[in-house]
Amino acid sequence: MPKVEMLAMLLAGGKGSRLGVLTNNIAKPAVPFGAEYRLIDFPLSNCSNSGITTVGVLTQYKPLVLNRYIGSGSSWDLDRHTGGVTVLPPYVKEGGGHWYKGTADAIYQNIEFIDLYDPEYVLVLSGDHIYKMDYSKMLEFHKEKKAEVSIAVLEVPWEETHRFGIMNTNQEQKIIEFQEKPKEAKNNLASMGIYIFNWETLRKYLNEEAERNEDSAGDFGHNIIPAMMNDQLAFYAYTFKDYWKDVGTIESYWQAHMDLLGDQSKLDLQDRKWVIYSVNPNRPPQYISGKAEVENSIINKGAQIMGRVKNSVLFFGVKVGRDAVIEDSVILPNSSIASGSHIKNSIIGRNVTIEKNSQIGVDSDSDQIKITVVGDEELIPESSQIKSGTVVG
Amino acid sequence: MENSIYKKNGQSMKNVMGIINNALDESFLDKLTAHRSLASVPFGGRYRLIDFPLSNMVNSGITNVGLLLQSKYRSLMDHIGFGKAWDLDRKRNGLFILPPSHIYKADRAYKGDLQNFSSNIDYIERSDQEYLIIGSPNIVANIDYRDAFKFHLQNQNDITIIYKEVDVFRRDTSYILLNTDDHDRIIEMKVNPKDKYYTKISLQRYIIKKDLLLDIIDDCISMGQWDFVKNAIIGNLNKLKVYGYPFNSYASVINSINGYYKANLELLKPDVWQELFLKGGPIFTKPKDEAPSSYKSGANAKNILAANGCSIEGEVKSSILFRGVKIHPGAVIKNSIIMQKSIIGKNAKLENVILDKGVQITADKSLKGDINLPMIIAKNSIV
Repeated sequence: MPKVEMLAMLLAGGKGSRLGVLTNNIAKPAVPFGAEYRLIDFPLSNCSNSGITTVGVLTQYKPLVLNRYIGSGSSWDLDRHTGGVTVLPPYVKEGGGHWYKGTADAIYQNIEFIDLYDPEYVLVLSGDHIYKMDYSKMLEFHKEKKAEVSIAVLEVPWEETHRFGIMNTNQEQKIIEFQEKPKEAKNNLASMGIYIFNWETLRKYLNEEAERNEDSAGDFGHNIIPAMMNDQLAFYAYTFKDYWKDVGTIESYWQAHMDLLGDQSKLDLQDRKWVIYSVNPNRPPQYISGKAEVENSIINKGAQIMGRVKNSVLFFGVKVGRDAVIEDSVILPNSSIASGSHIKNSIIGRNVTIEKNSQIGVDSDSDQIKITVVGDEELIPESSQIKSGTVVG
Repeated sequence: MENSIYKKNGQSMKNVMGIINNALDESFLDKLTAHRSLASVPFGGRYRLIDFPLSNMVNSGITNVGLLLQSKYRSLMDHIGFGKAWDLDRKRNGLFILPPSHIYKADRAYKGDLQNFSSNIDYIERSDQEYLIIGSPNIVANIDYRDAFKFHLQNQNDITIIYKEVDVFRRDTSYILLNTDDHDRIIEMKVNPKDKYYTKISLQRYIIKKDLLLDIIDDCISMGQWDFVKNAIIGNLNKLKVYGYPFNSYASVINSINGYYKANLELLKPDVWQELFLKGGPIFTKPKDEAPSSYKSGANAKNILAANGCSIEGEVKSSILFRGVKIHPGAVIKNSIIMQKSIIGKNAKLENVILDKGVQITADKSLKGDINLPMIIAKNSIV
């Protein structure tokens, strides 16, 4: 088997319970994003664009849609003779098997898979972050620093440091301390959940953790990283300066969509030098009728717009009827909004039918936005009134 | 998931192969076919003309398709690739590119499209299927061939030609006209006649048994006849059972600049785009991974079809936008077709214009064609 310098392991098994109804039927990385994509398109496209062509995708919770979506990996140009994408659900070995207990356990259970490619380095990624990043630059940094572990970090506002894992670094970007969600942070560099490990080192720690503690949570943040820090391994922080968003909650998911809008959007999806690939649903061009008004919005193919759309993101196949108004909202694939309906500050799931003259989230207060969510496949009958902050489904 | 192959209880098409004949005159599209064949002329925002006949074949259940090529086929081959977008990258059957090998012969004068058939006769002979459906790329329609094939078998036709009955002929557009008896037997057929007596226009889809086609080709060539429609088909109207099969949904013949322009703008009528894109099987095309289109604040888009990757800041009305078109603030566009990656500068005005791919219109420019004679700006021009 040819040797691979760096292999990526993408953690895609999470339920994403904080996304509520949006992950009722699908794993979090399969959640639609940005009118065209699913969350997993971002790390997979980043891998493809960074020249990382061996990627293991660790799946566990409701993997069917995700598995079908990944397919042979050809959508991301990752259908390769050597490597490519491999979907890795938990499996039974000699002496039994069990579910992935945590992030590190998922890697531990796939040591054999990684060893097939005999890599120098392993890149660990999560499937629920929106960003464009060249991992090959991070690898260069890792090599230059002669690091054993590199963690990508992002400067966050000081008042938000309590929500993140904070890295305290010296002037050489060496990490000297790790604070998980600190009350009093000493630094404002937050971990992005992107790690490069020297594979030999990581394998040793994974094996030791498994031998030492059968009941280990098998988690990077709680078990593996602290153990490595204890042993004073060379940890370095690779600072990322571009847009990055964790879309783990309804609010951040909605906000990440709003970040795509504006004349200078925070994340340029139209950048042809760093294309975010997707499975490309085949749809006709979008139709904007003579009566429609569309402003500051992103619309995908197959959409039919007869009404008014403002500050919103509309996925493929969305229909907006005459005199319907969509404001500050995200409408997921194939949903239709009948004439006279008004939707504001909402996330509407897939294949939702909203009948005539319904009002959803319209009472929303502009000072304190409460997002309204309608789950997949719901039917909202004619003239419904759904208060802001409600979750339907 | 649409799976149109199984949705209708139609005739199995396992025994039918497809040929798309690209050895046609394409000069009528002027600058649009200066660098590309008719088959790869962009159409309808995100398609090329070939997507329609090719998708029709695939949606009808045909899995073996040969593309006869004649000239300027680089862009066509780039578009088609291995046929993956049409699910034709198969181990058995699939897509076959049939280049014009006769151009390498000593006697190089081109005689007609039967030469293209003849130089690829091995492919046709070797294929497993007993029947062929032969189409050309200049018809935009969403046709399910299974009903026509069923009719072909039940009526024991030698040749079946799909046609559409029209009441109005588009100006400057030439047609192949059919005259039939009451049972749709074709008794007369004329290619681009000046006077249009008949109302049935050929949609240039021919169903024929392979052995019969091979005999006809051999026959024609041995008599020095080289034209598929005029010699192989019209020349046999008296000898063979040649029947028409009606197609009643939307179809457009692209046989002139005006026809091309109007057929594009016609897509803005909801019943037309619905009939073409939503009622039948999906029209497949090469995916480009363009991001969704972005409408900025101040954008004013009305009555348009837009592909992905567009960025609209100005005003655009009654127009077709292909992938990756940028419209800067203050620009005003009406009744125009703007192809892939064209950029319209600030305050530029365009009316009745066709911009080929990659055209840049600089700020404050004003271009206007006539609604019956659109102005065409050649690929990659800077105006």
